[in-house]
Amino acid sequence: MSTFLLTASQTVGPFFEPCLLRDGACRNDLTGPATVGERIRIEGRVLDGDGVPVPDAMIEIWQADERGRYNHPDDAGTAPLDSDFTGFGRSGTGADGSYWFETIKPGPVPFDAQQMQAPHIVVTIFARGLLNHLVTRLYFADEPTNASDPILQYVPGERRETLLAGRVDGRVDGRDQSRPYIASGDASNLAPVVYRFDIILQGTGETVFFNL
Amino acid sequence: MNNTTIGEIVRGDREVFPPYLYEAYQSTRRRAPTLPLIDVPLTLSELTGPGPAMSAVTPEDADLTRNAGTGGEAIGQRIIVTGRVLDDHGQPVPNTLLEIWQANAAGRYLHRRDQWPGPLDPNFLGIGRCLTDGEGVYRFLTIRPGAYPWKNHPNAWRPAHIHFSVFGPSTLSRLVTQMYFPDDPLHGIDPIMQSVPTQAARQRLIATYDHSVTEPEWALGYRWNIVVRGPYATPFEPVKLVESGEVRS
Repeated sequence: MSTFLLTASQTVGPFFEPCLLRDGACRNDLTGPATVGERIRIEGRVLDGDGVPVPDAMIEIWQADERGRYNHPDDAGTAPLDSDFTGFGRSGTGADGSYWFETIKPGPVPFDAQQMQAPHIVVTIFARGLLNHLVTRLYFADEPTNASDPILQYVPGERRETLLAGRVDGRVDGRDQSRPYIASGDASNLAPVVYRFDIILQGTGETVFFNL
Repeated sequence: MNNTTIGEIVRGDREVFPPYLYEAYQSTRRRAPTLPLIDVPLTLSELTGPGPAMSAVTPEDADLTRNAGTGGEAIGQRIIVTGRVLDDHGQPVPNTLLEIWQANAAGRYLHRRDQWPGPLDPNFLGIGRCLTDGEGVYRFLTIRPGAYPWKNHPNAWRPAHIHFSVFGPSTLSRLVTQMYFPDDPLHGIDPIMQSVPTQAARQRLIATYDHSVTEPEWALGYRWNIVVRGPYATPFEPVKLVESGEVRS
């Protein structure tokens, strides 16, 4: 077998924002007016090995739609694709390391011909000081099917909770301070259900990252 | 730099990808994970990705010499940077989004956090994007970026480079990297470039001057190909190939 050798990764550095977070490239809100599904908000912080917020990270997410379909030609699923949902999000982090997305809770997607995966979102982290990006998964802490999710079985039990986003119902005091990238003052369209997902790059509570 | 502490935590092919901890690059010290990345089977979630759905670009986006929208042209040596995006089976990656950013000819980024006293160019934003064509070919017109100082260590200077972000077809193919220029004396003393573990892999980050790309009375040409992980490759396969002594073309 002949293999073309891969191009190495290099850090995104500190100066990506004007390019990667420009209007139209930054996508905090994945939903459109016709997007189907339970509106949710994902919020969290990126922290380093000293617990210090990482203010210059970029988070990308990739998820299926409400029926568990990916907007991708290799998804052979038969459920109709949500025509108002791409499933891709991209957020910077604020001075306090915070990021946010407005999206919908994804449906379950297949693992193989027999098993399904619990609803999850693929999360990729880029930052100055990360010579390669990091890939993890957000699962929903209140989702009963997590117990049978085939990928979570590969994660040591004591570390699984780093992948579980906890549900926070209603508005949390002080949220506005943690949303530096919010586009407008109109809060009426914000999702009432918030899931918290902090990403700890190093040390106590270090988030599980996958070798992808 | 040869004495730097290098962490054990690596991703995928350890002959290609840098370790997460590379102490000579100080920012890795408190941001590198310390626990091994977990191997998992590839599922639909990894074998798909946003790449195919991302297509919103205009032709002007690929011309960094003029896309500041001022009507003026950026100052600097005009260059064409072109090449192909391929997967590790040599197949072209068509219609995929590339986003690039770079310093201006004086080595200054248009960014609030870049405050060294290099001059800004009002006609240069230093950002561009384009889609590869059906054969995986991309092409940018820009100016050659300058080297710039940073605070990693005393008298630290980054070699001239252009940052590239590539999507490709899947989560596996996602790549953010940097393209360097040939014959740059700063390569050997740049911890970010030197974090790449092998000379061969570092060499693949360096563009080649290509006179057939150069346009008369207009711009110098550089060629640089990008190889991303294909949809069916696994992260473990290349390492096994090396261990078994199989030829990697």
